[in-house]
Amino acid sequence: MEKISREEVRHVAELARLRLDADEELAMTRHLNMILAYMDKLNEVDTSDVPPTTHAIPLENVFRPDQVRDSLDRDRALANAPQSDGANFVVPKVI
Amino acid sequence: MASVTRMTIHELREALVTKKISVSETVRAYLERIDALNPRLQCFLTVLAEKALQEAEDYDAGRKDLSASPLAGIPIAVKDVLCTEGIRTTCGSKILENFFPPYDATVVSRLKSSGAILLGKTNMDEFAMGSSNENSAFGPARNPWDPTRVPGGSSGGSAAAVAADLCAAALGTDTGGSIRQPASFCGIVGLKPTYGRVSRYGLVAFASSLDQVGPMTKDVRDAALLLSVLAGHDPKDSTSIDHPVDDYAAAVEAPIRGLRIGMPKEYFIEGMDPDVADATHKACRLFQDLGAELVEVSLPHTAYGVAAYYIIAPAEASSNLARYDGVKYGYRFPEARDLMTMYKESRSRGFGAEVKRRIMLGTYCLSAGYYDAYYRKASQVRTLIRRDFTEAFQKCDVLVAPVSPTAAFKIGEKTENPLQMYLNDVFTLPASLAGIPGLSLPCGYTTEGLPIGLQILGPPLGEATVLRAAYHFEQATKTARRMPSLPENA
Repeated sequence: MEKISREEVRHVAELARLRLDADEELAMTRHLNMILAYMDKLNEVDTSDVPPTTHAIPLENVFRPDQVRDSLDRDRALANAPQSDGANFVVPKVI
Repeated sequence: MASVTRMTIHELREALVTKKISVSETVRAYLERIDALNPRLQCFLTVLAEKALQEAEDYDAGRKDLSASPLAGIPIAVKDVLCTEGIRTTCGSKILENFFPPYDATVVSRLKSSGAILLGKTNMDEFAMGSSNENSAFGPARNPWDPTRVPGGSSGGSAAAVAADLCAAALGTDTGGSIRQPASFCGIVGLKPTYGRVSRYGLVAFASSLDQVGPMTKDVRDAALLLSVLAGHDPKDSTSIDHPVDDYAAAVEAPIRGLRIGMPKEYFIEGMDPDVADATHKACRLFQDLGAELVEVSLPHTAYGVAAYYIIAPAEASSNLARYDGVKYGYRFPEARDLMTMYKESRSRGFGAEVKRRIMLGTYCLSAGYYDAYYRKASQVRTLIRRDFTEAFQKCDVLVAPVSPTAAFKIGEKTENPLQMYLNDVFTLPASLAGIPGLSLPCGYTTEGLPIGLQILGPPLGEATVLRAAYHFEQATKTARRMPSLPENA
């Protein structure tokens, strides 16, 4: 059975902000179906009373004193920007 | 004296401190070897020749103290996923082809303050996603044992560079086996520490609950030395563990008589390459000869590791890689007139096929209606995999297993079928999901002469015991150790 249709692949690509050309879309649909079919294996496992793990090594909240410290200065923060005006990141018009 | 480029860190330290060789001579020997072999092996994406020679001169002229720091004068390579201030850091991706980080990763600062000389940045699968290095946007690194084969991945450049004597040691990162598997394929030692043992600050994120930095070295003692430098709490990484760091190098020599070695039966299965199975069984018998006690244990959820990992890691990746939007750094499609086109075109042109596949897979598994069936289910199975290890470590001190079902495969052999490539990670993924330390070291050779790695796993923060078991195994197998057939003095 098909796990994910080509339309769904297109929708997920939209969510992920990716543009797939027709060939990529076909290959992606085929590969994702193959991979997702394999994931069915997990349904063999009874997990009804099992809590999920998000961090392998248990972690309590980590606090630190609220102190002012140096941070990256503006010139260095902007140094890798594809486009900036020296004070801001510049992007195509939004509104 | 052995060729300088072949020396381990501890041998080279000895030679430098006793002035048998100067730091400049050492660095030049490496640079010459890189010049000769890197065009063929493509281990390095960036070589820091001038900088390294300058630092070497600082040592030789006495401007820097050679005796003070544990890695003083030692040329080390760093995987290109770790930020280096002012030095290009590509992650093996076109999208970061011109990225010059404004700061050093904590592990890089630690190397520097320990006196190491940064020799260059090593090749890798794009964003550390891959098991063969074939996903590098800059062409794959090649295996020094046979350049028609992959060096493994994702830290393939680091592994190949260490194996080919292009550096004294290297840093790699491991999310699902990316240190251990290439170490195994290239016949070197690689250690993935406990999650949180080493800071991730400045490590470009792939899957944040799994990523970990570790040493890739010529022998076990070097891995111990390097881990002592890397490990420790870092306030800049809130997931780093605040726990004292052992003197790993001192710990390795303690005897292993009575050490309980667990053999997880799920890792000794049909269908494995017979040479790999044979070498792993022989390794277990050797441990017994060395006075350790073999215990059969079970990790019943091993078979679900691949499925759980390839949901969790892509899910985290899809979120982490959302930052590549063409705004603050990285590639931007210059002709975009509106924001959405800028996002889509920058990402679609900047990312390679495997990265796109994982972003898609992760986005799908987290999307409305599928979250419970995939991400939540996988996270629950992750709990069961963790529990398996907790129970196993009640009965044994370390676990011994193969690293990979086969030795290094041919370039192009598995690229057509992504699932086949994923299944190759079956023996390394469970330890990653459980966050426990794992080491790979050479334990034999296939009939074709390719190295086979042995995996030694320990409980959380059990690095000292893992290294100790590995050290004794290495001492007992030293005479059988081979080197790739590359020119001695290239």
